[in-house]
Parts: sequence; structure tokens; C-alpha cells
Amino acid sequence: MVIPLHVSGNGGIAAGMRNLNAGSGGADEGEPRFLREEDEGDDPVVGVSAVAEAEGGLGAFALADVSVSYGRDRVLEGVSMDIPAQKVTALIGPSGCGKSTLLRCLNRMNDEYGDVRVTGTIALDGQDVMAKGVDPVELRMRVGQVFQRPNPFPMTIFENVAYGPRTQGIRARDELSAVVEESLRGAALWDEVKNSLKKHAFELSGGQQQRLCIARALATKPEVILMDEPASALDPISTQQIEDTIAELKSTVTIVIVTHNMQQAARISDLTAFMLRESLDRPAHLIEVGDTKHMFTNPDDPRTESYITGRFG
Amino acid sequence: MSTSARVRSARKADMTARVVTGVAAGSIVAVAVFVLGYIVYHGIGAIDWTFLTSIPKDQGRAGGIFPVIMGTVFVTAGTAALTLPIGVFAGIYLAEYAPRNFATRAIRLSITNMAGVPSIVYGLFGLAAFVLLAGFGRSIIAAALTLTCMTLPVVITATEEALRQIPADLRQASLALGATRLRTIRKVVLPAAAPGIITGSILGLARAAGETAPILFTGAVFQMRRIPDSPTSQFMALPYHVYAQVTSVPGWNRTLVWGTALVLVAGISIVSILAAAWRSAQRRRVTW
Repeated sequence: MVIPLHVSGNGGIAAGMRNLNAGSGGADEGEPRFLREEDEGDDPVVGVSAVAEAEGGLGAFALADVSVSYGRDRVLEGVSMDIPAQKVTALIGPSGCGKSTLLRCLNRMNDEYGDVRVTGTIALDGQDVMAKGVDPVELRMRVGQVFQRPNPFPMTIFENVAYGPRTQGIRARDELSAVVEESLRGAALWDEVKNSLKKHAFELSGGQQQRLCIARALATKPEVILMDEPASALDPISTQQIEDTIAELKSTVTIVIVTHNMQQAARISDLTAFMLRESLDRPAHLIEVGDTKHMFTNPDDPRTESYITGRFG
Repeated sequence: MSTSARVRSARKADMTARVVTGVAAGSIVAVAVFVLGYIVYHGIGAIDWTFLTSIPKDQGRAGGIFPVIMGTVFVTAGTAALTLPIGVFAGIYLAEYAPRNFATRAIRLSITNMAGVPSIVYGLFGLAAFVLLAGFGRSIIAAALTLTCMTLPVVITATEEALRQIPADLRQASLALGATRLRTIRKVVLPAAAPGIITGSILGLARAAGETAPILFTGAVFQMRRIPDSPTSQFMALPYHVYAQVTSVPGWNRTLVWGTALVLVAGISIVSILAAAWRSAQRRRVTW
């Protein structure tokens, strides 16, 4: 199978891919698929799974010159960055700096917000997710999302986690049960709820609900999970549990997290991106992105330093 | 004015507001109790098995109201069968799919206008459109279509409002899991909005069951010896029966007419209670 795709200039990131258009729900990892660069010039053919393994797995984003407009209002401009696979990347910046907007580009949730225009290139494992042939529904099975407020569905714990797999067409009860258990374990919730899977999700505490939402996102077996301030509505102990869960998860999935909490970004992320909208007349920009330790100890840009030391925002 | 005087005066105003709003709310209870109590007090004497299961005699001065009850049941069922699918689908469209454009504004404006049309005008419209033009004659189907026109705005609005109450992030959670819009609506949004939709629909249908004007010209008759046997039959109906007795029957039987009103009110209450019970059973089943 040969699929044309856009590969950004970042050779290391232009790694493996799965065919988003395939109705089958993704590639079999054991079977190499082939892809071709669409760039002018030579057409190297690369075995996907081999590259993916060499790169340490699937779930890497490469953003090139991404801009977002709401109607006529350009809110975000020229974001280029790499989000490495199986690492935690934190997006920080003051309110209104486009963090959440950028996050929603990654699973094309902006499509659902009406008059939103996204330009530039967003490649997931080498494939442009904004290409016409890409079905956002399939993309979202690979790129899950956890929201700011815990938002379990008004159904049982089991049904909440089984919702994604059922959407993918899984019907067999034992298969669903296995996925539910695995996902709840992944979200460090299994031990607390294993005897009450038929309880209504609203009976859980806020922190448990948020971990349920993480489990729900894990159940579609995504490569990436986007988290939009997942702990901002939670108490410190629940926040701690979410952070522990994130630390566990990054061995298997890529995590992109928006946070207002500097300490949290410093604690849990490998990479930090600082965004800023300096005036409402102008769109927000990516100011700086780099290794978290570097960003928090010795940032290159003075604006980054003012922000993380609390001088504004 | 000193600070403490200002505080005292503010507290007094607060107390006054509490009393005024409380009296207004309490008066609703008084009206409800009075109306229902009055109907029950005057009508309960008529209610027995024979009244509910036999046909009217002596132009309704004696006998029962069985065909009258069945007429209202059939017309209301017909109205529900037409109104619920159209109303709920239209509400879903407006809440979930409708773009913000001229066409959507036209739809909303039409609904508002439809809700404001007096019921007697619907009666005339039904006569012109369904009885004469469509050729249904005076019949259950013509009356049900007329009542549907009257009830649709209520059901559409109730559905749309109920759907809008569902938090946006619940929809987003479903979409973010790779669910389509249709699946999101069917599995998440509609079940969560069902209580509101059902409550609104029952209010609308109860209104339809109790209306006289829309069925006056479109199919209700004064006297029938049998229950209607097809959608094109004419029919007797509870509200029209009350109206016809009081206005057209010299020496009408007060107890039987109040009894008829009581049957109408009780029937609507029973349906509402059943719906409420079903709702809480649903909730319990999920919560268990």
C-alpha cells in the first residue's frame, strides 16, 4: 500500500504512520506498510514499523507554520514544533495564548467549533492530519483527549470506558471487559472500582471521574492523549494521582498537556512550549520550545523567564 | 443615614421581598388545590364502572362516556404519533445541526409564530386544509393533524431546550473518542436530555388532549353510539363533550359533566405520573 503524504523537514519525526483512511481501524503493526514522500525530488520508500521502532514508537507530531483563525480573527500564528513520541509535552502560557486552540488542532476538534480555519502542516507520524482524505473520526481514535472538567457520560463506569471500543465496533462482551480492565488499570483506577463497574459514573469523586475520563480515552488505544488542564478542577491529592498516572502512561502514549500550573509543567513534562499573545491586535505565537529543565532553569527568551518566574500571566 | 440604619433598612427590604415572592409562589398552590379540589368534589360522584364503560344516554344527561374517552385517546395517540417524531427531529436539528443563517432564523421565527396562533385559528385552518383540501373529511386523522400543528412548537422548543442544557463538553468527549455526530446524539445527548424532552412533550400533548377549538370543526361530534373504528371516523372527545353539554343540552347533568372533566384531568395526570415514574426508574437502573 502506498499512501502519499506530507513529510515535514524534521527527518527524525517523519516516522511511521498508519493509514487514517482505512476503515479497518489502523494498521497491523507486525506488517510493514510503505509510504512515500510527496516532496519534489526523490521518493524514498520506508518501512514504517521499522522506523517507528527505531524512533521509539508511534505518536509523534510535527507542526509546521500552524496558524488558526476564528472567523476573521487570527488567534494563533506560525507555530512550528515537534512533539516527540512517548514523552510528555507541556504547553504553557497565560490565558488566551492559544494553548487550548493549538491542542484542539491536533485531533481536529476545531472542526467542531464552527468558523475555525487552520493552516500549515500538522503531521502525525508523517501523515498530514489536515489532508482532505483524513477522516477526523479515525484521527480521534488515535488522538484521545481529556478535558478540563471531568466529563464522564451519564452512564455506568463500565459503559463510559466501553464507549470508545463500542464506537470502533467491538461488541463481544469478554473483549470489552478486557479493554475496560486494561484501560482502568492504565488510569490507576481499577483497584478502586473493580467491584462497582456497574455503578453510575457520577457516584465517583471528581478525581476518580477524571481518571475515568483518562481510562475512557485510553480504551480506544490511542497513540497520543491530549490533556487540557486536566487537574485544574481537582484537589491536590487528586492532582497528584493524575500526575502519577501521566508519568506511568508516557511509556506507552504520547501526552500533550496544557497547564496553568508552572510547578506541574516542571514536574511532569519532558518538553515545554511557551506561548504568548502579547496584544489582542496580534495573534499568539510560540515563543520558545525546549527541554523542560532547560526552559525552567535557563530559558532563551526573556519573556519565558518573566512568565515562569511569575512576573506576568 | 448611619451604617446600622442602612443595614436595618436593607434587611427590611430583603424581608419584604421574601414575603412578596413567597406569597406569589404560594398562591399558585392555592389555585391548583382549588381547581383540582373543585373538579374532584363535583365530579367524583359520577365516577363508577358504568360511567366509564357505557355509552351516553338521553343526549348525555345519563349513561356513561366510554366513546368519549376512547375518542380522546385515539385523537391524542394520533397526535402523539405525528408530533413526537417530527417535533423531536426538528428540535435535534435546531440544537445540534442548524447553522447560524437565514434559513435557521426563518425556522425559529415560524415556530414562535406557530406557538402564538390561537387554537380556534388552528381549528379553521384544519377545516380548510385537512378536512376540505386534503379530503380527510371530519375525522380523527384531520383532528390529529390539526392538533399536531398546534403542538409541534411546544415539542420542538422543549426538545431544543433540553438538548441545549446538556453540557458542550459531554458532546466533545464523545466526538473526541471518534464518535460521529449521530452516535454522539443517539448515545450521549439524547439519553441525557430525555427527561426534559418527555416532560415537554407530555405538557404539549396534555394541552392537545384538552383542547376543544381545534377539533370543533375537524371531526368531533356531539353524539356517537359506538367507538370510532378507523382513522377516518368522526369521534366524541372529552373537552368537546363538556362544551357541548353545557352549551347545547337543556337540563344538562352537572355531576356527569364534572365527572367528564375529572376523567380528562385524571387521565392527563396518570400519563404524567407514569412518565415521571418511568424517568426515575431509568435513573435508578443506571445508578444501581
